[in-house]
Amino acid sequence: MPARITREETAHVARLARLDLTDDELDRYAPQLAGVLDHAAQVAAVDTAATPPTAHPFPLRNVLRADVPVPSLDRQVVLAEAPAVEDGRFRVPRIIGEAP
Amino acid sequence: MSAPAGWEAVIGLEVHCELRTATKLFCGCRNEFGAEPNTHVCPVCLGLPGSLPVLSTAAVELAMRIGLALHCEVRPSVFHRKNYFYPDMPKDYQVSQYDEPINVAGYLDLPDGSRVGVERAHIEEDTGKTSHVGDTGRIHGAGYALVDYNRAGVPLVEIVSEPGITSATQARLYASELRAILVASGASDGRMEEGSMRVDANVSVRRVGDLELGTRCEVKNLNSLRSLSRAVDHEIGRQVAIVEGGGRVEQQTRHWDEDRGCTVTLRSKEEAYDYRYFPEPDLVPLAPDAAWVEDVRSSLGPMPADRRRAVVALFGAGGASDARADQVATVVELGLDHLVVAAAGAGIEPALALARTANEAAADAAAAREVDPAAYTALLQMEQRQELSATQAKAVLAELVTGGGAPVEIARRMGFEALAAGSLAEVVAAVVAEHPGEWERFCGGEAKLAGFFTGHVMRRTEGKANGKAVAAELAKLQG
Repeated sequence: MPARITREETAHVARLARLDLTDDELDRYAPQLAGVLDHAAQVAAVDTAATPPTAHPFPLRNVLRADVPVPSLDRQVVLAEAPAVEDGRFRVPRIIGEAP
Repeated sequence: MSAPAGWEAVIGLEVHCELRTATKLFCGCRNEFGAEPNTHVCPVCLGLPGSLPVLSTAAVELAMRIGLALHCEVRPSVFHRKNYFYPDMPKDYQVSQYDEPINVAGYLDLPDGSRVGVERAHIEEDTGKTSHVGDTGRIHGAGYALVDYNRAGVPLVEIVSEPGITSATQARLYASELRAILVASGASDGRMEEGSMRVDANVSVRRVGDLELGTRCEVKNLNSLRSLSRAVDHEIGRQVAIVEGGGRVEQQTRHWDEDRGCTVTLRSKEEAYDYRYFPEPDLVPLAPDAAWVEDVRSSLGPMPADRRRAVVALFGAGGASDARADQVATVVELGLDHLVVAAAGAGIEPALALARTANEAAADAAAAREVDPAAYTALLQMEQRQELSATQAKAVLAELVTGGGAPVEIARRMGFEALAAGSLAEVVAAVVAEHPGEWERFCGGEAKLAGFFTGHVMRRTEGKANGKAVAAELAKLQG
């Protein structure tokens, strides 16, 4: 059984998901998340020495498509779904930091 | 330049190359630069609920071409989601290959004789284009941003070198040779200015003899080969100065500021991203079989190094001079070397064929690549036989490149028919007769007056006379 997830790790995961958790919430959620992970970790107890790694539940490979263009969506329809639009583009809040 | 005395640089390059496919990586939207914003988007590349990605055969094939051209092993691979919060991907993740990339363990031989290892060349999707608006117009302090998702989902191959590059010069050589290979393999147009090839550099320094690597910084925003070598040089100097001053290099991502000629901090290690990679459940593994791999391998034409050697060989045992090496590199990089080889094979002086191709044809390389080599050769024959002057030949060449056709016809249409020798003699004689004073001085040894007479003959013949033929007529009259 792997080590239980700590309160600090829970805070880190929350930050990655852009969840703003209070100290109380962290106290409450850290053990709950640990419980979920413990449940999933039961799989680790199974002996898989003879089982090759599985990348996908279906025994499929090379699902491919021909390189032929198909019509895209109408821009008006696309942008109608956006909260803010300018100049044919999506307008988003000020970005802090560079692209990853 | 190389590192300051007593120091060595350890450099690795990550090159992103947009693939020349008709459609995006996972959907049928067009892969096209310069379209109206957000006109090449669909539920798949916008990440709308219920949409499912399907991999493009052409992208896989071009990725394999790159891998095989770089002597990589093509392996079964899987796709992962790279998760992050940044509005350049509407899905909030980018599909990439993580620990099982399609191409591994290759290398690239550089023209200087060195070899740089290629760790991997994997497939991933490009991101959308964000424009920062307001305030300073720079990333830091922008008021808001506008996003165009036409580029989101365009197929990329990221080529990761081993950290075996030791100088800015070698880094530039690597990037330029890689670009030539990407173009030659048909995978990319190699246009750095349009962003179809983008370079990031990982740079660290250590004292000569040290085995341990120094802390590295990643430099982004290198939009030209010149930026790459300037930025690497600057970064080496910056890091050496820090360590020599008793400080420690901090692991950072830095942004190259072309105008100021320096790198600036973008983010430090503490802000480093945790991408939470996990296998993309909507895509099945990719495993090209041996037959497909061999098919692609056998369809690869000769690579730039071999093609440069073929052009140099035209010049015989002495090879091409250093001065010509640049021209040779140019015609190969632009994919015009077949014109030189065809012309030289038909008896054109290699120097003439190379010069016209590297200088004139290269001016519109995309169109020149479509020119019929036989027509090109015919034109150079007309110049070599002096039926056309150099100036006229260049004008016909420009026409041939833009519109095609038979060079003889183009020359006639442009009024470049060579004058019959008899009528040229008459015109020269008439011009001489009209300017007795100048003629006397010319005969008395004022050789530069040849230009005066030639000019008059040209005007009278509306430029149809051949300069060398006029000179011959003048010499004849001088007796």
